[in-house]
Amino acid sequence: MIYLVLFWEFFKVGLFAVGGGLATLPFLSSLGARTGWFTQGMLADMVAVSESTPGPIGVNMATYVGFTTAGVPGAVVATIGLITPSVIIILIIAGFLEKFRQNKYVDQAFYGIRPASTALITAALIGLMAISLFGTSTAGLLHITSISIKPLILFAVLMAVTNIKKVRDLHPIVFIAASAVIGIIFRFAE
Amino acid sequence: MELVELFLCFAKIGSLMFGGGLAMLPLLQRELVGRKKWVTEEEILDYYAIGQCTPGIIAVNTATFVGRKRKGVLGGIFATLGVVFPSLVIITIIAAFLANFADLVFVKNAFAAIRVCVCALILNSVIKLGKKTIKDVPAAVIFVLVLAATLLTDLSPVLFVLASALCGIVIKNVRARG
Repeated sequence: MIYLVLFWEFFKVGLFAVGGGLATLPFLSSLGARTGWFTQGMLADMVAVSESTPGPIGVNMATYVGFTTAGVPGAVVATIGLITPSVIIILIIAGFLEKFRQNKYVDQAFYGIRPASTALITAALIGLMAISLFGTSTAGLLHITSISIKPLILFAVLMAVTNIKKVRDLHPIVFIAASAVIGIIFRFAE
Repeated sequence: MELVELFLCFAKIGSLMFGGGLAMLPLLQRELVGRKKWVTEEEILDYYAIGQCTPGIIAVNTATFVGRKRKGVLGGIFATLGVVFPSLVIITIIAAFLANFADLVFVKNAFAAIRVCVCALILNSVIKLGKKTIKDVPAAVIFVLVLAATLLTDLSPVLFVLASALCGIVIKNVRARG
């Protein structure tokens, strides 16, 4: 009955982790400690793989833990468990939203929420940039240890190129693939 | 048929989404706002704000929202299964055959650069969103305050979303009277 246990454990992670993929980490850490399914070292490897592959990081983590614990069916069950609570909650909220979208106050509330939402995304981006451009281990610019010039040059070039008229309309994956090649040639991880 | 289209569209987004939930933003703008016109930029911002206040993965929440809007409950489920499907396949293969994937030198080098690229793509997306949402002084004030509060305090984003919703209602009503 490992599948039921897996489903239930990831259902709880999905229910209590508020605010995106890496929010699942503390829950997974205690899950490993409690069940003995994986060690903290294995969890660190799983985070590394989840961050180096496409897809939502939380989903990647669930798939990895599920597979490690109970093979392919385990991967499927853990992932379904993780997403079930948020699917149910969002379907309910979407229903309400549709019903009250014409309501004057709901409309006014969203007038305030949209700039706030843009600010939350901007703040998350600043954290991401601190890690990706300045190599800080935490999302704080105060912890810069050594600045490498390579990411900064690539960033400047990409910002220029992605705002040229015709180039701008290329699919994002083109820029991602080109960056991957550049990263390998110029050894960005060093 | 549209259920299949929802599944495939979100599977495409899931498989091209490098660097976590935020990396979904440029893809959503291109595929869903630009090409298919399924949602507007404003709706994406609404979904993101709600996703910050509710449990679960942001990418999953957004997929459920868009699918629900297009094709009801079934649409929400198909879109969500689509966005997680590539992860299931890719991670299972890596876990089974390439356990040392993240330690490979070329993977490390590629990803250090991909992360930089994702930052540039998201910055372009954020600028686009900002032009749409920050059109007057009150909106700009809300943006600056929430940004500062998020960066400088450890308070929950739920608080900021609720406070800004209240601000929206107050501002609009004061304006209507004045």
